[in-house]
Amino acid sequence: MTDLQRRQDRSPVPSSFDYAPAPEARDIVRLESRYGLYVGGEWLEPRSGEYQPSISPATEEPLAEVAYGGAEDVDLAVTAARDAYENGWSGLRPAERAKYLFRIARILQERSRELAVLESLDGGKPIRESRDVDVPLAAAHFFYYAGWADKLEYAFPNRSPRPIGVAGQIIPWNFPLLMLAWKIAPALAAGNTVVLKPAETTPLTALLFCDVLRQAELPPGVVNIVTGDGRAGAELVKHEGVDKIAFTGSTEVGKAIQRELAGSGKKLTLELGGKAANIIFDDAALDQAVEGIVNGIYFNQGHVCCAGSRLFVQESIYEPVIAKLKRRLGTLRVGDPLDKNTDVGAINSKMQLERIQELVEAGKEEGAEIYQPPCQLPEKGYWFAPTVFTNVAQSYRIAQEEIFGPVLSVLTFRTPDEAVEKANNTPYGLSAGVWTEKGSRILWMAQQLRAGVVWANTYNRFDPTSPFGGYKESGFGREGGLHGLDPYLRFDASEVKGG
Amino acid sequence: MAERLPVRKTYKLYVGGKFPRSESGRTYEAEGANVALASRKDVRDAVRAARKAAPGWAAQTAYNRGQVLYRVAEMLEARAADLAALCDGQDEVEQAIDRVVWYAGWSDKLAQVLGSTNPVAGPYFDFTIPEPTGVVAVLAPDEPPLLGLLTRLAPVLVGGNTAVVVASEARPLAAIELAEVLATSDVPGGVVNLLTGRRAELAPVLAGHMDVNAIDLAGADGDAGELERLAAENVKRVVHGRADAESLYEIAAFLELKTVWHPIGV
Repeated sequence: MTDLQRRQDRSPVPSSFDYAPAPEARDIVRLESRYGLYVGGEWLEPRSGEYQPSISPATEEPLAEVAYGGAEDVDLAVTAARDAYENGWSGLRPAERAKYLFRIARILQERSRELAVLESLDGGKPIRESRDVDVPLAAAHFFYYAGWADKLEYAFPNRSPRPIGVAGQIIPWNFPLLMLAWKIAPALAAGNTVVLKPAETTPLTALLFCDVLRQAELPPGVVNIVTGDGRAGAELVKHEGVDKIAFTGSTEVGKAIQRELAGSGKKLTLELGGKAANIIFDDAALDQAVEGIVNGIYFNQGHVCCAGSRLFVQESIYEPVIAKLKRRLGTLRVGDPLDKNTDVGAINSKMQLERIQELVEAGKEEGAEIYQPPCQLPEKGYWFAPTVFTNVAQSYRIAQEEIFGPVLSVLTFRTPDEAVEKANNTPYGLSAGVWTEKGSRILWMAQQLRAGVVWANTYNRFDPTSPFGGYKESGFGREGGLHGLDPYLRFDASEVKGG
Repeated sequence: MAERLPVRKTYKLYVGGKFPRSESGRTYEAEGANVALASRKDVRDAVRAARKAAPGWAAQTAYNRGQVLYRVAEMLEARAADLAALCDGQDEVEQAIDRVVWYAGWSDKLAQVLGSTNPVAGPYFDFTIPEPTGVVAVLAPDEPPLLGLLTRLAPVLVGGNTAVVVASEARPLAAIELAEVLATSDVPGGVVNLLTGRRAELAPVLAGHMDVNAIDLAGADGDAGELERLAAENVKRVVHGRADAESLYEIAAFLELKTVWHPIGV
């Protein structure tokens, strides 16, 4: 009861109406006090000797100590992955490979509650999202790619697909388990082994995933998890035993990795930042569109590379859209990530909170008008109220730079051409949204927008069968779908007719 | 003494559908001719021309792009004798013509093989289609001077991209002759831009150019690593093209994939 009381205290409730707190029980999660590195199917003390706490961003409470791998640790993991690749995994019958992946998918489903609670605890995202989006999608990814493992010849006509070898994978903190699934599932289906580095602030579900692997009896070394910070990531990128790097994260780091790998011959895929346009035409179903705007930018506190962070509203409907949006913001419940009523959880880290605060200040200074609904934020932890900027010029930093927080910049347009012109006016090209009742306009807009994913009358939707990835500085390579296999395969030269 | 003195050709650049000299006024001697020695400024002009031509070329119907490329093959055939004198001979020209025909035929098929419809769990018609990457820089292989260049250029064009090509430094004449073919075969001006000069001078400018979306390093010498490093500045797609490749997947290397979620409902 005291626990419940404490949780109630830090749940800010919009002044207008009350909800009874509905916290998800956290005792389903049993954390060790300290985690080593998962290498060759065993838990190793890090050679680096370094441990750091992983904290809950909602309470700042330390959850567990996590190893910070160094060069030697990465080397051990790559060696284990190489060994597993050469002595077993790559020679395994593909149908057997598939069955391991099916097993993993099933275990993720069976332990979904535990994983969802831990995801929200460690990362700060609302339990509603980790329960309904992150974990089910992670399981679905394994299930989808499992089926590909013994059907690869059908995916690429006139080619002979073969695994690459050892894949080094570096994932971000916004969808820790889901990004792990996006990386590991296609890599293993294609016959590779993996060294994965989870994000520094959200390592715990990846560590729990190692227990899933134990239950699935995946051969040792096929998946190795090296926790740590950017230093471990850098060691992985430059390790000579790694044949392929897959990175999801900021454009800045992505460029550094591309530079680092220049001339190395290693395969690379990058899924980087975005500054997506969400475009509302005057014939759109407005209430539905407002839900889409909210889902586009406040989903996962805006910690989404494809977040609809630039809202383009057709001028004729600007006022009603803004009025509806502000009203809807007032009903968003910000607070305890483990509360099933919570819409917006905690900002993932202090560093990220400071970045958001800095950009919001810049927005105010440059002359944009800020709106935040009245809401009481908890005293402890990292929080930021849902924010809307109106009166934004395209040149403002809040319209140009990825904020990666619950901050929306509103701009307007008159004609479809103008919407396209403004939407494409960014070095990024990850995603876009279009809201209109007219099917032909949806398809015309989809054609014009320079972005890898275009959502029409919806936003932030993902599916294992649906390829995802960027144009321009949002990266290259696709994850999901048939196309998501390509980055993890190499192909014989036999398809090429000699000249 | 000869009865008649032949009229020689002045070899110039091919930019935006026109044949300018290098803005620098420089030339270098290659294969017995004075050839334009393109400058950094020429590179930037060529990229601008390619960018300007990109939306129009990408918006052509696939059928039309196929016909335009087929027309290139027709024009090559008509000038086969001239071209043979500038490359390794008739064989090379014939292979080059056949390769262009082979790629021309892909224009209205590649989306069917490379795209997909995706059975998502929800009321959406979800599909993935290939689209051109945009402006592509091509460092043509040194050898063979005509076939190598066309082997790299054809997959770029058939996918709907526009190109800035750096010709073989030692053997640029076949490339310039090719530019004259392109200029007379319905390829819109600016879709292909061709530069001659010092590769070591031009390649880094292209690799680091912020308005170039992809670069084919087929003709890079020892500096591929450095060019790749420069390419990271705007996350360019880097392709290590082969001088003799003929594959659908050579086209795919210069394509983006776009996934569209279209609602289903009444």
